[in-house]
Amino acid sequence: MIIKSKNKNDILSSEITDPETFKRRREFIRQSGQYALAAAGTLAAPNLLAGALPKPALRAKIEDVVKGPFSTTQKPNKYEDVTSYCNFYEFGTGKRDPSKNAHTLQTSPWQVAIEGEVEKPGIYNLEDILKPHTFEERIYRFRCVEAWSMVVPWVGFPLADLIKRFKPTSKAKYVEFTTLYDPVQMPGQRRRVLDWPYTEGLRMDEAMNPLTLMVVGLYGEVLPNQNGAPLRLMVPWKYGFKSIKSIAKIRFTETQPATAWNKSAPREYGFYSNVNPTVDHPRWSQAKERVLGSGFFAKKIETQMFNGYAEQVASLYSGMDLRKFY
Amino acid sequence: MTPEQTMRWLFKPVLFAVCLVPLALFVLDAVTENLSPDPIKDATLFTGDWTLRFLLITLAVTPLRKLTGWTKLVQLRRMLGLYAFFYATLHFLVWFWLDRELVLTDVLADIAKRPYITVGFTAFVLLIPLAVTSNRFSIRKLGRRWQSLHKLVYVIAVLGVLHFLWLVKADVLEPAIYGVLLLSLLGIRAWWQRQSIPAA
Repeated sequence: MIIKSKNKNDILSSEITDPETFKRRREFIRQSGQYALAAAGTLAAPNLLAGALPKPALRAKIEDVVKGPFSTTQKPNKYEDVTSYCNFYEFGTGKRDPSKNAHTLQTSPWQVAIEGEVEKPGIYNLEDILKPHTFEERIYRFRCVEAWSMVVPWVGFPLADLIKRFKPTSKAKYVEFTTLYDPVQMPGQRRRVLDWPYTEGLRMDEAMNPLTLMVVGLYGEVLPNQNGAPLRLMVPWKYGFKSIKSIAKIRFTETQPATAWNKSAPREYGFYSNVNPTVDHPRWSQAKERVLGSGFFAKKIETQMFNGYAEQVASLYSGMDLRKFY
Repeated sequence: MTPEQTMRWLFKPVLFAVCLVPLALFVLDAVTENLSPDPIKDATLFTGDWTLRFLLITLAVTPLRKLTGWTKLVQLRRMLGLYAFFYATLHFLVWFWLDRELVLTDVLADIAKRPYITVGFTAFVLLIPLAVTSNRFSIRKLGRRWQSLHKLVYVIAVLGVLHFLWLVKADVLEPAIYGVLLLSLLGIRAWWQRQSIPAA
């Protein structure tokens, strides 16, 4: 029997901080710094009702972005508008919550699982997912189901290019996307407001449409966390909630995947959720939208069928009753 | 100062000013550009929140008076109720003027088709006779009927909370808080009535 005498320099396992706690320690240090900054900022300029913390987010330029097709000539919203007014319930249900809370999300390292009816499944590092693609800037209209809209210069690449690389099988009829599930990084997931993790889905032909974008940035810069870093979807002819953020899993399926908002309120949010001024949401009309960013007297404009992208996508739905498949 | 003078020249003016503080802060945020990119939505939420808050504060006066024994409190109730109407009117105007852009057909369609707007609008309409009769002349003129009329505030508060509950998309926490507070304020009255303490 070996009796091991305890060496003075040995570290007891009870003394080792578990990685989770260690991560939170760093988080704590970072937050403290932010709060100190915020406190200083509050003294300098009282921000009475808003209570917004200054966001010491790292803003990094994305190199070698080329101009992509389908861009609108409409004037984009300000960077501050796009990054301070978000629906991202994983960080709180208020519009300003994500910009205040999303700093807890660790976007690097990041992995994306590719699963289901596909020839090359696996868990891939984000760098490997992105490496072969050329990033394009595309200025798209963004229409929220809540009847407001913005214009956003996204940076990304066609989802179709990504899908082709992983070779879906002939059984793949739909693509399902899943957001990260981690209540430590995403504090909003501690309350069951939606059935976490958030999931979304597209029909294969919708996913392969050249308009459908995988987004990594906006305004030529790396995507801020509150806008769905490090990788999100952008389907400009559908209501905003279809464009899932912070994607951790892409699964190819034979049957139509369940989607988060549809599970929450099936009568209000269908699988397709195409922008359609003639089909009202039960609680608000979809005939008009308010283009944000022009203050108290922002005029509403008429909402366009498929958010103005009918030329590119109307054929996907020929023969379908869009009242039934809302 | 006599107690009457204190009430008239101190408590009432102070309360009057305090009740305007939320509006002042909102206006300050608006002029310093601290509102969101959708200031109309901000204004809608702000005026709606404060309408519900003032309704609940008004309904808290009677229970507070009974619990603290400070009978003078009831003299402040009218002003609180009128402030609920004031913020409700702003809420209605923001919706009708800024949000619906005075398009009558849109407004009527909303009221007819969307339950949360139907109940919200009903609550607002019911507040009007209460506000109009919130004066000494009406109290004298209406006599007993004044009491019955002003019991409408219970219905209004319930409709107001329902309006909030039905309009949120998924997160019912905030309307639920208002609901619990309202139920407590109504519950305590019901309980007192059963104890046959004359309710005011």
